[in-house]
Amino acid sequence: MKHIISMLMENESGALSRVAGLFSARGYNIQTLTVAPTEDETISRLTLVSYGNDYQIEQIVKHLNRLVDVIKVVDITEGSHIERELMLVKVKATGAMREEVKRLADIFRGTIVDVTASIYSVQLVGESQKLDAFIEALDQGVIVETVRSGVVGLMRGEKSLHL
Amino acid sequence: MELTGAQILVHYLEDEGVEYIWGYPGGAALPIYDALDTDAKKLKHVLVRHEQAAVHAADGFARSTGKPGVTLVTSGPGATNTVTGIATAFMDSIPLVVITGQVPTALIGLDAFQEIDTVGITRPIVKHNFLVKDVNDLAMTLKKAFYIATTGRPGPVVVDIPKDVQNAKSNYEYPQEVSLRSYVPVTKGHSGQIKKAIEMMMSAERPILYTGGGVVLGDASYELTELARKLNFPVTNTLMGLGSFPADDSQFVGMLGMHGTYEANLAMHNSDLIIAIGARFDDRVTGNLEKFCPDAKVIHIDIDPASISKNVAVDIPIVGPVKQVLGEMLNLLSKHPVEANAEALASWWEQINTWRSTDCLRYEQIGNKIKPQAAMQTVWEVTKGDAYVTSDVGQHQMFAAQYYRFNKPRRWINSGGLGTMGFGLPAAMGVQAAFPDETVICVTGEGSIQMNIQELSTCMQYGLPIKVICLNNGFLGMVRQWQEFFYDRRYSMSYMDSLPDFVKLTEAYGHVGVRIDNPDTMKAQLEEVFSDKNKDKFVFVDIITDQQENVYPMVPAGAGLDEMILV
Repeated sequence: MKHIISMLMENESGALSRVAGLFSARGYNIQTLTVAPTEDETISRLTLVSYGNDYQIEQIVKHLNRLVDVIKVVDITEGSHIERELMLVKVKATGAMREEVKRLADIFRGTIVDVTASIYSVQLVGESQKLDAFIEALDQGVIVETVRSGVVGLMRGEKSLHL
Repeated sequence: MELTGAQILVHYLEDEGVEYIWGYPGGAALPIYDALDTDAKKLKHVLVRHEQAAVHAADGFARSTGKPGVTLVTSGPGATNTVTGIATAFMDSIPLVVITGQVPTALIGLDAFQEIDTVGITRPIVKHNFLVKDVNDLAMTLKKAFYIATTGRPGPVVVDIPKDVQNAKSNYEYPQEVSLRSYVPVTKGHSGQIKKAIEMMMSAERPILYTGGGVVLGDASYELTELARKLNFPVTNTLMGLGSFPADDSQFVGMLGMHGTYEANLAMHNSDLIIAIGARFDDRVTGNLEKFCPDAKVIHIDIDPASISKNVAVDIPIVGPVKQVLGEMLNLLSKHPVEANAEALASWWEQINTWRSTDCLRYEQIGNKIKPQAAMQTVWEVTKGDAYVTSDVGQHQMFAAQYYRFNKPRRWINSGGLGTMGFGLPAAMGVQAAFPDETVICVTGEGSIQMNIQELSTCMQYGLPIKVICLNNGFLGMVRQWQEFFYDRRYSMSYMDSLPDFVKLTEAYGHVGVRIDNPDTMKAQLEEVFSDKNKDKFVFVDIITDQQENVYPMVPAGAGLDEMILV
């Protein structure tokens, strides 16, 4: 099952490699990983998506907590939560495809953020499945490149991950 | 007071109360070595002959005293040579602070001479590590290093100090306080869980206390012994836990696991309640997990939550220091004296004693070849079971664990987790330095000893009167045993050809060498080795043993604890 694990950690060099190293050393998988400083610049927030059964995810959370640089860890998929991922897709947009891509972007509430005579760059934000669906809806031949930010997320309501 | 980084390090170590530092100099550590010469007052540096030995020696010091061990090496190869030592300490949760010199910060990343990413290389085998980039952070970083190494589940911490940071100046004051928002070790087990555990223990019919290295590291031997006696439960120790409960006590059923006793393994397998204390259900203990203790509920007390339910599902987890948790259990038992299930326990003991009557560690000293078991038993008798014993890795390690009966904690010092050949001799140096008047034995084999034989020189320089007991069967014995059992007796590369004459080699280093190859004279010769005559001498005892002897009992890989090979 897919889990979104979110953590606060010291914003220090090496902290990210401790997390990444833990996953490779213990054979856990990482689907996506994203990290950036928070409003408190001494703290970074790292979000990763991993797949595993309850036992594996429990082990991952425990071992993350054991890292000295990690301040707090939460599996936000344990409760109701919001998740978002951003994707930029560069597509060939010539002839009839210019209209087609524009229409499709509108349906998915995407935005065309860059235009040339033959290329549209579409920005899309949403849950990962929505981004997958957009890719599937496009004619595969028109995709020039895609880039995704990895998932970020929050727990809904009053719950939060803070010091 | 304004000092250089190198001086700050030396002053800090003295203020921290460090007595010994084990190390080897080199380019990127020269300012520190200079500061040792100019500024050290109480701190003693021991010059080893290989950096790996420096870490093992600090490790032996830490295991025997409970204080953190400290190592100092240079960058590059100095640092990489420490890797095996650090990993050894990491696997057994030993508190170490390993200080490595590094090339100047301006050269980092430029493939400078003797530059290596020490923090990167050691990251998977340390509890934590630091690269100090600013001399103003040095004292606090060292404070954090000692704090992290010695608290919670202990472990090695590396502090990498570039040469320019060693030369830069800063004001030094010993930091009295340290706190890390991201690292807050637990100090107390959950009271509700402890109560539940007691209830479960009281109703158990076939309970067993399964205790490991955590009891030794957590200084909880007294509490464990009290609790066991109060409850009249059988006690088994892991390889790492030996000595935490007196081996001579009738409640002790011996070591468990791959080479554990028949009674310990069968008691585990047939139990209805396992109380695991500071033990981690290692694969050498459990055998095949699918066959492991089918009827047992599990209470697990450990300071590291990540150890709980890792290999075996736990019914009542208690995260906390074992000393505090066992203390609270004793408290509860004395306040509300609940009787354990006496009738069930009586028949449980009857069953255990039947298994015990198998006498699974029996052997026969026949013929003119010395049985390694007899050698270890004789060493135990001659030293009255009261020596500090370090060991290397292999058959001799198991014979020592089986036949040297430890009644006190911190007396049995071996590489249990990583299984590091070459650990024994340098570890014994650390123990002997900590306890100059005690008998310190290194049990080894002709394979293992050659992995750090160069330390015979260090032992001479510092007058360390270690007694090396080398069980020399001319084979990598444990490898040979597995090849005999599982590889159709194809003894691929397990025969040690061209062995040196260890007696002459020892003498060349200036020590005393003794060869024992006759079972009839063994005891008298060993008595002489351990006599007052040799009290201040390093003695290497080369005991020629039966080449064909195997370690029994044995739980073969993939088998359950009840499927042991007895002889």
